[in-house]
Amino acid sequence: MSLIDLANPTRFLALTARVLPWLAAATIILLAIGLYQSAYAPDDYQQGATVKIMFIHVPNAWLSMFVWGVMSIASLGTLVWRHPLADVAAKAAAPIGAAFTFLALLTGSLWGRPMWGTYWEWDARLTSVLILFLMYLGLMALWRAVDDPSRAARAAAVLTLVGAINLPIIKFSVDWWNTLHQPASVMRMGGSALDKSFLIPLLVMAIAFTLLFVTLHLAAMRNEILRRRVRSLQMMQASRVAFSSEAGAGSRGQNASKEVGAAG
Amino acid sequence: MTALSALVRRDIRIALRVGGGALIGVLFFLTVVVLMPFAVGPDLALLSRLGPAILWLGALLASLLTLDRLFMADHEDGSLDLITMSRTPLELACAAKALAHWLAAGLPLIVATPVLGLLLNLDMVATGAVALTLLAGTPALTFTGMIGAALAVTLHRGGLLMAVLVLPLSIPVLIFGVAASQAVIVGPMTFGAPFSILCALSLVSFVVGPFAAAASLRHGLD
Repeated sequence: MSLIDLANPTRFLALTARVLPWLAAATIILLAIGLYQSAYAPDDYQQGATVKIMFIHVPNAWLSMFVWGVMSIASLGTLVWRHPLADVAAKAAAPIGAAFTFLALLTGSLWGRPMWGTYWEWDARLTSVLILFLMYLGLMALWRAVDDPSRAARAAAVLTLVGAINLPIIKFSVDWWNTLHQPASVMRMGGSALDKSFLIPLLVMAIAFTLLFVTLHLAAMRNEILRRRVRSLQMMQASRVAFSSEAGAGSRGQNASKEVGAAG
Repeated sequence: MTALSALVRRDIRIALRVGGGALIGVLFFLTVVVLMPFAVGPDLALLSRLGPAILWLGALLASLLTLDRLFMADHEDGSLDLITMSRTPLELACAAKALAHWLAAGLPLIVATPVLGLLLNLDMVATGAVALTLLAGTPALTFTGMIGAALAVTLHRGGLLMAVLVLPLSIPVLIFGVAASQAVIVGPMTFGAPFSILCALSLVSFVVGPFAAAASLRHGLD
C-alpha cells in the first residue's frame, strides 16, 4: 500500500471507512485521559487554576502550525506529483486549521485576561498567530472564489507554499517588533522547563489533538470527494436536461425528461 | 538578455503612455497622505510622529493597487501567452516585468516622498530616511505582490481577493521599513539593523517572487 494506491478515490474511501471508527475511538479515549489528567493537575503556585487553560491552548497553537505544514506537503503533491487527492487534502485541511488557530487565539485571550490584565495585547506571538489566522481565511476565500476546483487547487498550492516560506519570516519580524508572551518552554535546549505533573497531561493532550485533526481531516476529505461526485453528477444531469430541451418538441423530449427524472 | 531588456523597455513605455496608469499610483499616494490629516486632525507634532507610518501605508496601498494590471493587460491582448511560450525562462520574464513595473510605478512614489514629507511636517533627515527605506523596501512589495498578480490573472479575479492574499505577506516589509525610519527620528535603535533586514527581505523576494509567479502562471494559464 503506497501513496499511489490511494490515488484512486474509491479505494481511499473504502480504506478510510475502515480506519475512521478506530481513529475516532482512539481520539475520544486519549482526549478523555488528557482532560482527566489536566483537570487533576496541580495548580500553579503563581497562576492558580488558570494554568489549566494551557492544556487546551498549547495543543491548539501547535496544531495551527502543524496544519499549515500538512497543507504545504499536500500543495507539493498538487504541483509536483499531481496527486489527485492532494488538492482534496489541502482544501479539507484549511477550515480545520483555521478553527484550531481561532481556538488558540480565543483560549489565549481568555488566559491573558487574568494573567496580563487584558484580552488582547499587540504582542509578537499573538500578532503572528493572528496573521496566520488571516492567511487561513484568505486561502479559504480563494477556494470559494473560483468555481473550477482544479484551477483553484493550483493557485491555492502556490499560495500555501509561499505562505510556508513567509510564515517564519513574519514570525521573526514580529518577534523583533514587540514582545510580551513567554518564550518557548517545552521544546528548548537543555530539556523542558515544565514540571512533569504539567508536561505529561500536556503531551497526552497534544497527541489527542493531533489524532483529532487526523480524524477530522480524513472525514472532511471523504466529504469533499463525495461533494465533488455529487457536483459532477448534478452537472451531467443539467447538461442532459439542456440537451433534451434542445432536442426539442414532441415525444422524444418527454421521454428524455422522464429518463432524467428516473435517474434523479 | 536582449529579450529581457526589450521586455523591460516595452513595459515601461506602455505604463507611461496613455492608458498605462503608472502615474495614477502617485496620485493615489498623494491622496491617501492628504486624507490622513483629516482623519487624525491637523496636529503637526502628531503628524510628524505618525509621518513614516502614513507614508509607508500609502506606498504599500499604492503599489498594491497598481499591481493587478501587471499581468492582466498582457493576458487580455494575448502577449502573456507569447511570453509564456518564448524561449526566455518564464521566471526571468516575470522578474523583468516586475522590475519594469517597479521602475514605472514604484520609483515615482519615492520621488514624491520629499514633497509629502513637507506636508507631514517631517524634517530633512526624517524624509531622507523614509525615502531611503522606501527605496530599499518597495521592490520587495512589488516582487511579493507579483505572486498575487499572477494568481489574479489565472483566476480571473483581481481586486479585493488579491489584496487579502498579498497584504499579510507584506507585513515584515512594513515592520522593518517603519522601524528603520523611526530609528532615525526618535528611536533608541540604530538605523543599520532594521535597514539591513529590509534589504534582506527585498533580496529574498527577488528569488521567491519570480519563481512563485512563474509557477502559478505555468500551472494556471490554459
